[in-house]
Amino acid sequence: MAFLELNDVEKSYGENPVLRGVTLHIEKHQVVCLIGASGCGKSTLLRCVNALEEIQGGDIRLDGDVVSGEGIDVNALRRKVGIVFQSFNLFPHMSVLNNVTLSPIRVLGRSRADAEAQARTLLKRVGLEEKASAFPDQLSGGQQQRVAIIRALAMNPEVLLLDEITSALDPELVAEVLNIVRDLAEDGLTIIMATHEMSFAQEVADQIVFLHEGVVLEQGTPKEIFGAPTHERTQVFLKKIVAAGRL
Amino acid sequence: MTSDSISVAQPARAAQPAPVGSAQNTLLAGFLFSLVTVGLAVYACYLTIIVAETGIWTLVLGAATGIVVLLAIGTFVPLIRGVKQQARSTRAAANGDVVEARTYRSRAAHSAWVALGSCLPIVFIAVFTLFLLANDHAVQTTFFDASFMAKSVRDVTIAFGENIKIALLAEILVLGWALFIALARLMPTDAGRPIRWLATAYVDVFRAIPSIIVIYLVGFGLPLAGVPLLSDLGPTWSAVLALTLTYGAYVAEVYRAGIEGIHWSQVSAARSLGLSYGKTMRFVIVPQAVRKVTPPLLNDFIGLQKDTALVTVIGTVDAFTQAKIYSSNYFNLSSVTVVAILFIIITIPQTRFVDRLLARDARRQMSKG
Ligand SMILES: Nc1ncnc2c1ncn2[C@@H]1O[C@H](COP(=O)(O)OP(=O)(O)OP(=O)(O)O)[C@@H](O)[C@H]1O
Ligand SMILES: [Mg+2]
Repeated sequence: MAFLELNDVEKSYGENPVLRGVTLHIEKHQVVCLIGASGCGKSTLLRCVNALEEIQGGDIRLDGDVVSGEGIDVNALRRKVGIVFQSFNLFPHMSVLNNVTLSPIRVLGRSRADAEAQARTLLKRVGLEEKASAFPDQLSGGQQQRVAIIRALAMNPEVLLLDEITSALDPELVAEVLNIVRDLAEDGLTIIMATHEMSFAQEVADQIVFLHEGVVLEQGTPKEIFGAPTHERTQVFLKKIVAAGRL
Repeated sequence: MTSDSISVAQPARAAQPAPVGSAQNTLLAGFLFSLVTVGLAVYACYLTIIVAETGIWTLVLGAATGIVVLLAIGTFVPLIRGVKQQARSTRAAANGDVVEARTYRSRAAHSAWVALGSCLPIVFIAVFTLFLLANDHAVQTTFFDASFMAKSVRDVTIAFGENIKIALLAEILVLGWALFIALARLMPTDAGRPIRWLATAYVDVFRAIPSIIVIYLVGFGLPLAGVPLLSDLGPTWSAVLALTLTYGAYVAEVYRAGIEGIHWSQVSAARSLGLSYGKTMRFVIVPQAVRKVTPPLLNDFIGLQKDTALVTVIGTVDAFTQAKIYSSNYFNLSSVTVVAILFIIITIPQTRFVDRLLARDARRQMSKG
């Protein structure tokens, strides 16, 4: 039994099926990169794992417990599974420090002093300790994403979901965000990351999952997927990526 | 720009007559209008001084219209400047300096427009003065009888405290009540549907009924029906209740628009951190919405403050009621003018404040691109 399991997960928006039986098993401490064309369902998959979307078929299990479907404690699940989005992550009316401490205080019930001490440690880790009292609109996009990541980390999640966290950034800001992800991966956090940063995926991922039209078409180590993709669709997709200069 | 400077550099072109002269018409219009303005101002001043028996108003109006005459004469200052600029433009054109001719033609036209613009408010003041003096000062004495205003101002101002009290109490209640209604209208899931309907019905009903009717029904109806608790409210609290009901419906819509205007991904971000729906609203969505809706909310509050004058229909002794007592005793409306002035005094700072907030928001939008 894997740490995080998706078994035959189905999800549709109205009549439009987006996930059509996704099965995916992820071990603890693994870094999994989801790749695939725009619209293939990467974001939807991550949102389902975080219970931001309801699924219509199959189930999702975390550490053996079913965490999808009616009646589950979504807030308890989200304490274990953090997510960072492409953009609009931070709360614009709060300082960086308050962004990070909001849910440790309000959800975990930790004391303010305690939560702030932890937040400052995390901010230091990503090189933003001087920005504690700044507001999000005073930060660069890269700095905002770094804050978003440590805000998710402040909940001590067991799994971190990252949904194209660098695609809204200027190229020169991408590296500073990816460096943090690399750090977290080395520390052994379980990470599922939807991304178009293929060279980063190649370097850091334990597994690459190629999603196509709502199913997992191919899955393997970066060597297998990037080196010798077996499926024709994967080959076509990777060719386009190479042509775009992203690999 | 470039093609013009090239043409200046070419001596062959410079010999041609440059297109100048359009400022002359504007200047002429400016002169005529200034003359009319001065005429009106002098006439108003003359009437003010000769017509009435001497009193405080004669002095005040005389001085005021005197200043108006001076201001009217002052409009000739930009005109004369304009004429000089026009002359310089013509000279420059004759010398073939197209750039200078054009510059001074434009400045002359600008000066003429400054004069024209300055004339307008002066004409307005002069005409208003003439209106006051019409029918042998009848207008002035009916609306602006100084001694009567002085006599009533104390009591009216004290009674105005009642308006302020009602407004403040209602505003505090509205802030909470309207937010409650807005959140009820936005209740998620099936379970929330009946609550959504109830809240929607409330908003529809109370936005439809004129506030004077709500005040009347609450103020007279509740005591008449003998409803326990509610019937002993007294006129002040009846008014507060009625205005809270009416403006609660308006402000609920303002809040709702603000909440719906927050990008849905803010909800995702908050929920993904484990915050419940209620905590997401409380810590993330509502604080952002409230900031956004402050200007329209203050506009509704200005409306509420003015509607406090309606409580006169249920016999609350507010400024208007007090002023009416004076005016019916003396057959003169100047005490009501005092009420109007009091409302103006409290409202204008608020409207300026709203303008400031809006300007600030606009700047923020601009800087975000
Ligand atoms: N809220 C929604 N309502 C209806 N359809 C949706 C919704 N969200 C996503 N979809 C549809 O689901 C499909 C998958 O979307 P998804 O955002 O998961 O794609 P993606 O793989 O993340 O693409 P990208 O690389 O562009 O981010 C798309 O066809 C999209 O139009
Ligand atoms: Mg996506």
